[in-house]
Amino acid sequence: MFIPTGKISILRKNKMTQKTIIPIGPYHPLQEEPELFKLFCDGEIVRDIKWETGYNHRGIEKLSESKSYDQVFFLVERICGICSTSHPFAFANAVEEIADVEVPDRAKYIRTIIAELERIHSHLLWVGLAGHFLGYNTVFMWAWKYREPVLDLFEMITGNRNSYAMFKVGGVRRDIENDKIPVILKVLDDVKKKTDLLTGAVMDDPMIHARTRGVGILTRQDIIDYGAVGPTARASGVAIDIRKDDPYAAYPLVNWKVITAREGDVFAKAEVRLLEMYESVSIIQQCLKGMESQKEGETEVTVKNIPAGFGTGRAEAPRGEVFHFVQSDGSNTPVRHKIRAPSYVNIATFKKSCIGQTIADATISLAAVDPCYCCTERMASAYDLHTGEKILSAAELIRLSDQKRAQHPNT
Amino acid sequence: MDTIQIIQEIKNQFGEKILEVAVKNEKRATLLMDGGEILPVAEHLYKVMGLRFIIATALHTRKGFEILYHFSVDLTGLVLNIRVILPHDQPEIESLSNLFNASNWIEREMHELFGINFKNHPNQEKLISEGNWAEGVYPYRKDFHSSQE
Repeated sequence: MFIPTGKISILRKNKMTQKTIIPIGPYHPLQEEPELFKLFCDGEIVRDIKWETGYNHRGIEKLSESKSYDQVFFLVERICGICSTSHPFAFANAVEEIADVEVPDRAKYIRTIIAELERIHSHLLWVGLAGHFLGYNTVFMWAWKYREPVLDLFEMITGNRNSYAMFKVGGVRRDIENDKIPVILKVLDDVKKKTDLLTGAVMDDPMIHARTRGVGILTRQDIIDYGAVGPTARASGVAIDIRKDDPYAAYPLVNWKVITAREGDVFAKAEVRLLEMYESVSIIQQCLKGMESQKEGETEVTVKNIPAGFGTGRAEAPRGEVFHFVQSDGSNTPVRHKIRAPSYVNIATFKKSCIGQTIADATISLAAVDPCYCCTERMASAYDLHTGEKILSAAELIRLSDQKRAQHPNT
Repeated sequence: MDTIQIIQEIKNQFGEKILEVAVKNEKRATLLMDGGEILPVAEHLYKVMGLRFIIATALHTRKGFEILYHFSVDLTGLVLNIRVILPHDQPEIESLSNLFNASNWIEREMHELFGINFKNHPNQEKLISEGNWAEGVYPYRKDFHSSQE
């Protein structure tokens, strides 16, 4: 079995338990974001896991209390770079619930199209990373290559490859003009063909079967106990999907089905994500068709102020249910804004999926929930650990960093 | 079972412990209840009625510390908020983490950011700022102002 040398170079014995601790992270080539998993191992078998987080905590919930409703959209969009529309989507749902606003159909279609395009590119990204975790870099190269046309579409529609700034209270900021529809349909056709190819390659590959079947199993009861959501839950036979259960935007206007699998292993999670991409393509095609009959430009209703009260907004992100709670006192900023990203509940399942497995299987089991650490946490200042006094402010930290860069211009 | 029936069942079960019922529409409802009864209520919702715990939100208001436990009825799309109000000094409430693991992290987070104590929590350590934040300083309380320090 191949273990990257980076891991074993820092092996150490824990005297209390006499188990070897293998740290994965906080900075590790297999992870795209900082997070520390401490694997307590007995020989090759993982017996316990401890998780340390906080490396990405930016205090977004607190920051949100000092921004106006329009600004919060840009803030929550920056929680996650991959599913950057799901947070504004859930936030819009929450605020529109408080203000009791119904957005125009054209805006509903556009919101849905953006969300589903995002699902396609996010799932392709995961399939690629999963291949990379397994040491199957061809899948990685393919999936990321086929993801590019989707990002190009985003650039055409919104002006950005990620962080689209499309949402506002009462509608969307930009229209998708009807003359762009044939271009989008053409790209979708290509994406579908490439997805066929990728799905065939992944589902029929004996290597992938050997590495993912029966690995990292989450039972139905585990999902219910941890409250896991999204493809993680659906791969264990728990058919929950906010798009179906609590329909929003254009989802009730189109036909599609919730993809589930029963096995709960890594393969089932891959299967659910791959098949979901076809549903997403179909949803977008139906939305585009629905848009053709709508008048161009009718993409928002004016919302003058947000009354006092609270709202709970939900949206189905590529990784599962995003939940936003917004409390308003009638002013132009939220009094309290609670955000629960799907990874917050999905990552916690590692206690069930990784324990008892070998070290090599633990990495793909950790990756199988498509963990998004920056979503899970949400530093601006440095405080003294013992007294709680502020040592450096954000501006001073930036000044220090600029100073350092000026001293070492080549680094 | 629709929203009205769900709320009626909870009322039948817990009677006067439910202090206030607010139904916004068929997909959103809030019950204000006595904080001391949170464990039996959550147990009933989770084990008997099969609701899913989404997350809990803590708020620091004039009334004290409020916690909203958000539950989801996935079959009907209902979000049921169970609201409790805890006193300003020594806010504490029974932990739900022995009932389901879904509340484990969020209770640690609320303890860390608001200073709410969760009784019988299996492991009430800091979640986000382990080892780099002062004890007894709660940044999400309204009396904490980062600019003043």
